[in-house]
Amino acid sequence: MSETTTHPRVEEVAQRPSRNPSAQAGFETRPSVAPQPASRALSTLDALESESIHIIREVVAEFERPVLLFSGGKDSVVVLHLAAKAFWPAKVPFPVLHVDTGHNFPEVIDFRDRTVERLGLRLDVAAVQDYIDDGRLQERADGTRNPLQTQPLLDAIAAGRHDAVFGGARRDEDKARAKERILSLRDEFGQWDPRNQRPELWDLYNGRHTVGQHVRAFPISNWTELDVWRYIEREGIELPPLYYAHEREVYRRDGMWRAVSEVSPALPGEAIGRRRVRYRTVGDMSCTGAVESDAASVADVVREVATSTLTERGATRADDRISEAAMEDRKKDGYF
Amino acid sequence: MSDALFRFATAGSVDDGKSTLVGRLLHDSKAILADQLESVARTSAERGFGGEPGAIDFALLTDGLRAEREQGITIDVAYRYFATGRRSFILADCPGHVQYTRNMVTGATTADAVVVLVDARKGVLEQTRRHLAVVQLLRVPHVIVAVNKIDLLDYAEAAFTRVADEVTALTRELGLPGAHVIPVSALAGDNVVDRSANTPWYEGPALLELLEALPSLDEIETELEALRMPVQFVIRPQGALAPDVADPERFRDYRAFAGRIASGTVRVGDPVQVFPGGATTTVVGIDAGPLELDSASAPQSVSLRLADELDAARGAVIAASGSLPVARRELDASVFQLDPRPLVPGARVLVKTGTSTAQALVTAVHGRRDLATLALEPADRLEANDIGQVALKLSAELPVEPYADHRRAGAFLVIHPQDGATLAAAIVTDPAAPATGTPIRTATPEGATA
Repeated sequence: MSETTTHPRVEEVAQRPSRNPSAQAGFETRPSVAPQPASRALSTLDALESESIHIIREVVAEFERPVLLFSGGKDSVVVLHLAAKAFWPAKVPFPVLHVDTGHNFPEVIDFRDRTVERLGLRLDVAAVQDYIDDGRLQERADGTRNPLQTQPLLDAIAAGRHDAVFGGARRDEDKARAKERILSLRDEFGQWDPRNQRPELWDLYNGRHTVGQHVRAFPISNWTELDVWRYIEREGIELPPLYYAHEREVYRRDGMWRAVSEVSPALPGEAIGRRRVRYRTVGDMSCTGAVESDAASVADVVREVATSTLTERGATRADDRISEAAMEDRKKDGYF
Repeated sequence: MSDALFRFATAGSVDDGKSTLVGRLLHDSKAILADQLESVARTSAERGFGGEPGAIDFALLTDGLRAEREQGITIDVAYRYFATGRRSFILADCPGHVQYTRNMVTGATTADAVVVLVDARKGVLEQTRRHLAVVQLLRVPHVIVAVNKIDLLDYAEAAFTRVADEVTALTRELGLPGAHVIPVSALAGDNVVDRSANTPWYEGPALLELLEALPSLDEIETELEALRMPVQFVIRPQGALAPDVADPERFRDYRAFAGRIASGTVRVGDPVQVFPGGATTTVVGIDAGPLELDSASAPQSVSLRLADELDAARGAVIAASGSLPVARRELDASVFQLDPRPLVPGARVLVKTGTSTAQALVTAVHGRRDLATLALEPADRLEANDIGQVALKLSAELPVEPYADHRRAGAFLVIHPQDGATLAAAIVTDPAAPATGTPIRTATPEGATA
C-alpha cells in the first residue's frame, strides 16, 4: 500500500502581476514548496553521469548485441569510462568498433590499443584502406577520408549483427545534432530521418526496432565540450597526448594549423613551422586542425575551453565547413 | 557556487518570437561562440534580414535543419545548452505549430520549468491555453509566461497588466498552481538576461534570473517521496570481472541491483521491500562504480547490494519498506496521442514503464479533453495530438502508481507491438483499488526487445 498520498506539490506559487510590491523578492521569499527541503540537487556532472549510465544500462538490458564506436577521441573515451562504471566490477559487456580511415594519428591508435587491452575488450577494426585497395571506395580528390567511413561502418554493423551502436556524439556539437534523439532509429542504409523521429519522453527509452533496423545510442547527448573536459579532470581519465599542448610541425590552411604528415603534406606556398599546438577534436589527420595552445594539463584545457570563443568543430574540422548543412547531409547518409 | 542542472522547455505559437527569444537567451548569456555568430550573421545578410547592417536573425541560431532554414519554421524539438555562474541549463526548444502536442509533451516530460511565449499584442490565445493545459496535466513544477514584443506597445504597463490578468484567470481555471509573468522583448533583449530600464514599472526578475533561482524537480521531490528504484539488471560478474579491478577475490560473489533511483533517498542499513512479492531485506551497500556511498537520492544511478539473496530481475522495483507499490492489472490513464494512427478501444499495445514492458489492451476510451477547458468530451477514439482518458488492461502486474504521487512510477509509453513506434505518452490517473484480501499473483514482466 502506498504511503505517499499527501504530496505537497508546488502550491500557490505567487502570481507575479506587475504592481505587486513584493514582486521583486517574491520568487525568492515565497518557497514554491513548503517546507523547502535542503538543496539536494546533484552537481551538473553527477546529474549528467547518472543519466548517461542509466542510458548505457538500458541499452545493454534491452538489446542483444550492442557495440561501441571507439576512436580514441575524448568523447568515445568518456563513454567507455561511463560504461566501465555502469557495470563495475564486471567487465564492459560489449565489444568496441573502430572505423579506421588509415589517416589516424599514430599516438591515437597506440592509445586505442592500450585502452582496449587494459579493459579486456574485443576490438573490431573496419578499415577504409581495405575498401580503397579493392576498389569498393575511391580516394576523394581532396584526400579527406571522413566521408568514406559510412560504408565500412554499415558493413561492420551488419557483419557483427549489432542491433545497437553506442557513439559519443553530443547535441552541442552541431545544429543538426541538436535535433538528434538519445536513441536514434536507423534503417538498413543507416539513414537518419530527422522529420520522422520518435518522441523521447521522460527517461523511458523506446529501443524497439524491426529486422534490418538498428539503433544508434548517444549516452552523452546532453554533455557540452566543457562538461566532457571537467569530467575528464574529475575522474582522472587518460587521453591521447595530442589533446594537450605540444610542439609540432604545422602549416596554415583554411585558417587552421594542419599537421605535416605523409597523408597531409604541405602544398607549395604553405610555409611549415614548429608551433605549440593541441587538438580539440581528434579525427582524420587530413581534415583535423590543431589550435595554438599552451594548455599542457587537464586543468589548463578546462580553463581554455571555458573561455574559448570558437566551437570545437568550427575551430578544427575542415569537413564541417563545406556548407551550413554539412553535418545534416552526412547524418542522413548514415554517418554518425 | 551551486552548480546544478536545470532543464526547461520553451513553447509558443507561430510568430510570437520564440526562436528569437531562445537565440537572444543564448547570445546574451554568451553561449553563442564567434564562429556560430559569424555564420548566422552571414546567412542573415544573404537572406536580407532587416535592420541595420550586421543585424542578426536570432532564429537562425536554433533552426538546425536545412528544411527549417529554408522554410523559416522549426520542425522538431531541438536541445540547447548554456551555463551561467549559477547553473547549467538544458533547453528543449519546442516548435509551436502543427504537431504542437507531440513537441510540447516531449519537452515538458523532462522539464523543471516551461516558458510559454505570448505576444503582448494578441494576449492569451487558444494555443496558449493548450500549452498550459499540457503543463498542468504533466505537472511541470514551474510555469513562466513571457509576454513578448512589449517594445511594440511602447513598454506600456497597462498592456502588460491586461495579459498578466488573462494569464492569472487562465491558470486558475486550469487548476495550475500559478505562473511567473514577465514582460520581455526578445528582439530588443528587455528582461531576458538583465532587467530592463524600459519597464521601470516591472519589479520582478528577468527571465534568466528566474531560471537560475527556481528549485528543480528533483530538489523539490527527493525529500518528499518514498524510495523507488526500478531494477535495470543484476550485476553478477562471476568470471567476467573487469581486468583492472583490484583485489578480485573480494568480488567473486559480488551481486548488486543496478538502477537509477526514481524517487526518494536510500541509505546503507535501510530496510527495503522488493516488488514483486514484497520480500523485505536490508541495504548493505550502495555502489557508484568503485565508489561506496552512504546514501543516494533520485536521480542517481547506483548498484544496491542487499542482505538477502532475492530473486529479483529486470522489472523488479526496490522500494522503501512499508511503501511497496501495489501490483496493477487494470488502470485509468491520461493519454497524449502522438501517432497519426488513432487509438481505439480493443487496440493491443505494449506498455513500457520504469524497466518493465507488458502487453496491454485498450478496454475503453472514456473521452477526449477539450484543451481550452480541460473538460472531458465524449469520443470513441484518440487522434494525433488529442489528450484523452482511457482504461487499460495489462497482461502482467506492473508496479505503476498515480503520476500525481510518483512521477516516474506513473509515466508510461504506449508502443505499437509490431513496428515499435511510440504511439502515445501516458500517465496513470487512478489509485489502485483498495486491497480486498485476494492473494497477489505476481508475474515477471517481459522486458526484452524483439
